[in-house]
This record gives sequence, structure tokens and C-alpha cells, in this order.
Amino acid sequence: MDMAVTPETTLDARALRRDFPVFEEEIHGKPLAYLDTASSSQKPRQVLDLMRETYEHGYANVHRGVYELAERSTEAYEGARLKVQRLLNAPSAREVVFTRNVTHAMNLVAYAWGLANLGPGDVAVVSELDHHAVYVPWQYIAGRTGATLRVIPVDANGELQLDALDEIASAGRVRVVATNHISNTLGTVNPVERLAEWAHERDAIMIVDAAQSAPHRALDVQALGCDFLGFTSHKMCGPGGAGVLWGREELLAAMEPFETGGEMIRSVRFEGTTWNDLPYKFEAGTPAIVEAVGLGGAIDYLEGIGFDAIQAHEHEVTAYALERLSELPWVKVYGPPLPRRAGIISFNVEGVHPHDVSQILDRHGVAIRAGHHCTQPLMQRLGVAATNRASFYLYTIPEEIDQLVEGLHAVRKVFA
Amino acid sequence: MTSDPAFDDLYREVILDHYKNPRGHGVIEGADAEAEGQNPLCGDEVSIYVAFGDDGETIEDVKFSGRGCAISQAATSMLMEMSKGRTAQQVATMDKDELLAEIGVPLTPIRLKCAMLGLTTLKVALHKAKGTPLPEGLAGFDDLDFG
Repeated sequence: MDMAVTPETTLDARALRRDFPVFEEEIHGKPLAYLDTASSSQKPRQVLDLMRETYEHGYANVHRGVYELAERSTEAYEGARLKVQRLLNAPSAREVVFTRNVTHAMNLVAYAWGLANLGPGDVAVVSELDHHAVYVPWQYIAGRTGATLRVIPVDANGELQLDALDEIASAGRVRVVATNHISNTLGTVNPVERLAEWAHERDAIMIVDAAQSAPHRALDVQALGCDFLGFTSHKMCGPGGAGVLWGREELLAAMEPFETGGEMIRSVRFEGTTWNDLPYKFEAGTPAIVEAVGLGGAIDYLEGIGFDAIQAHEHEVTAYALERLSELPWVKVYGPPLPRRAGIISFNVEGVHPHDVSQILDRHGVAIRAGHHCTQPLMQRLGVAATNRASFYLYTIPEEIDQLVEGLHAVRKVFA
Repeated sequence: MTSDPAFDDLYREVILDHYKNPRGHGVIEGADAEAEGQNPLCGDEVSIYVAFGDDGETIEDVKFSGRGCAISQAATSMLMEMSKGRTAQQVATMDKDELLAEIGVPLTPIRLKCAMLGLTTLKVALHKAKGTPLPEGLAGFDDLDFG
């Protein structure tokens, strides 16, 4: 029996949908059932309006101009940084680096920390659940430095097998553990706190890819006990092009820069250059100013609804979707049971390729993702080339799940 | 169900027939030419095997194996029928529109990559065995295994 969840706080998804202009769209004559938030979320008017207002009334480059508009722009940009600090319960805003996205954040650590700290005999650890944004940087940097890459395996439910850690530790000196908080493919919620403890017992650092958790649940980097954490704006009601790397100050301070150029310097002389203070040392060039402001607006929007309410709502929707999909014996669902699963469901329809499934679903107004979800090692482990993936958010309503199930019956009919 | 003709056509009977009963599905042991192709978008894979006739130019037999969506499997199946009896040079210079005409329904750019996987891979196999021209810029394809 699944754990009973009685939400303390609730949200009204039907009312919230009115904040999102896209839900007024019809797709092929059907109402839009948007079940691809794990790829990217839709945007509420509040965020769009804020970005437009910023461009119309307070836009200039940041940290440079000595004039009113530049001051407004800098205040808005730095204000967004403070919102991120509060969101993550980070000790200092100096620890909040704006990046383009999670891929950028993960590469920043892999290059700036990994190249300087890894060598032969060292071990970098990732997991079979990881997105290519985590997997590939460490595979690559381990290869360049002569370190070994080890991969935490998953069980048949797609949950990390922590009893494999001892064997992994025997492969050498573990220096870094990087994994996602929530699997973007299976929705598995990973025990990152325990992994962080394990890493720290070995003097290794712990990196968390929070792309799929930051939009959906309250995060506290101090409680998680990690050293770096990355997330991205576009999956949490904000615009694309803005992401965040949070890192412990002492680590960031000791690191060499990742990208060099304007903004990240203190002084440039013919003889050499000194680096700017944190976080600017890692923000070379003009940043995505209004996108960062938009992220700040998205954080306000989500906090206004409440992360507990969002998480509880998604839990209910996921339970309903799992129940409806279980009615279809020709649908195979991957991933862990409900209590340890976030709002993401990967599945396959017997005998039908995900591309064909999603194309037919599209004609029913249903948007899902079909493919390997940038997790090819996991696909290999599951023995499939691709899956269908439905993912949920604060705006998901049961009718969208019904529309999905109806569409799946149509898929079945075409391929009967 | 929808009444959009373009959609009904996409999964029209001939495509579903080729998908469910693919022509030339299998492996040719000791093939004269072979290649493997992948579609990086979805991880689909196809391998193509060619056996030439006594003249060393005419494709006497051609088979494919692998996994993929209905569009890629049906298009490759159609291609097997279309290329048998032609010379390597003729197939290497076959216009993709000829295959698209056979498929007979408009495809979105993403599905076009599915449809072209077999033809591109066959041309690579012929290139490796006979030095025939590669497909134009490996049209829309960026992850072919030349190995």
C-alpha cells in the first residue's frame, strides 16, 4: 500500500492555468494537454509581464553604467540573485553564480574544479540515472586527467544501488560524486543527502543536478549537505537562458575561472590579470540580465503558491496517472513506486515506437516527450532505445491524464 | 479520431504494412557491403547488408536489421524493394525525393530524419565498398558511424 499523503496545503490547478496564456491554445482542434514540463515548463503572465516591464522601464547593462537605468537594471539583476539565495537557503549571495543552464553549471565545475583536482588514481562517481549534462562532463574530464569514472548502478525499479558504493570506493581515491536529485527520465528521487555524507567521509565533493527538483520542491543546500548544486530557470516557469550554479564559497574562491573575459576581472595589465570577487569571477561577459530577473519573478510566483502545495499536487496527479496507465496492460511503466517517485512517468506501448506514440498523441492535443531523454546509459540499462515520458507540474489537471489515456487507445488502434 | 487527411495518411495502410511486414528484414552473412547508422534524436539504429551479383555492381540482395519507429522501418523496407536490381552507382545517386514519393506523405523535419536513416546508411555502405559518392552533406545527419 502506498504511503498516504494528506497535503497540509493545496493549490487550485484549474485557477492557476489561467495564469498561463498557452492553455488558451487549441492543438489540432483539441485542448492542450501539456505533459512535457520535465523538458521545459510553460510560462505564467506574471513572469512575462515582469520581463517586459524590465525591458521597457529598467533595462541597461549591469555593473557598468553610472546612470539611473543601469542602476535599476543592476538592482533587478542582483535582486534576482538574492531570491535564489533565499530559495536555496544559501549562506551567501556570493555563492550564487548565474549560468546559462544546468549543462553550463555542471561544465563549470567539471572544468574549473575537475581539471585542477583530478589525476591518475582518482575516481569520479556518477550514476546510471544521470543526464548527459552530468555524465558527459565527468566522463570527459576523467578521461583528460587520467582519473577513473565509476557509475552507481540502478536496480530494476530505477533506484540507485547504494550497496555498490563500497566496491566503487575500492577503485581508487573518490574525489567527486555527481548525480541528479530527481531522475529526469524515471522520476526517481535520489538519496543525495546520504551520497553527500558518503562523499564527505572520503573527502570528496558532492555535486547535485537539481534541474528536476528545484522547480517542484523546497530545497535547502545546507540540509542537503552538498558542495555544488545546479538548476535552470526554464523548467520552473522562468525564461530560457538563465541557470544557477550554487557552490560553497571556499571551493568557489579556490577555483580558477572557467571562462575569461569582461566582468570576471579585477584588473587587466599587460603583465597579467587578476580575477574579480565571487560570484563575478564566474560570470564572464554580459549575462542574461532580464532572463535572470525573470527567474527571480518565477521564484516569487512559485513561492507564492508554495512548494509544499506544488509537491502535494504533483504527487496526487502522479498517483492518478499511474492508476490510469495501470488499466492498460499493453503499457509498460518504468521507474520506482509512487512514494519514491516525483511527477515523471516513462513508459512504452507494446510494439509501438515512442516517436509514433507521441506523433499520434499530438493529434489528440497531448504533448509528451519521446526519445532517450539525454540518458542513453540508462536506456541501455533498461534495454530500450527510447521511452515516452509524461511529466507534471502545478498546472496539470486530471483531464490531461484522461486525454493521454484516450490518445494511447488511439495509438493502439492505429497499430492493432 | 482526427479527420486530418495528412495525419490519416501518415499511418496509412502501406506504411503500417511495411512496418509490420518489413521486406528484406534480416542479415546477409559475409555481405559485400555493410554499414550501421544511428539517429541521435531517438537512439534508433539500422544496419544494412548488400550482396552484389556476378558483375560486382548490381545489387542482387539487400537486407536490414535494427530498431526504429514506423516511419524509419517502413521507409527502409520500401528502400530494400527499390534498390534491388539497381547498380551501386544508381543507388548512390538516388534522389531522396524518389524515396519520399514512395512514402507518399508529407513529413515534418524531425520525421524526415527517421525516413532518411535507411537510405543514408545504404549509401554509406556502398561508399565503403565501391567508393560511390556519399549522400549530399549526409543530409540532415550528423552522427553516422563510418566504422
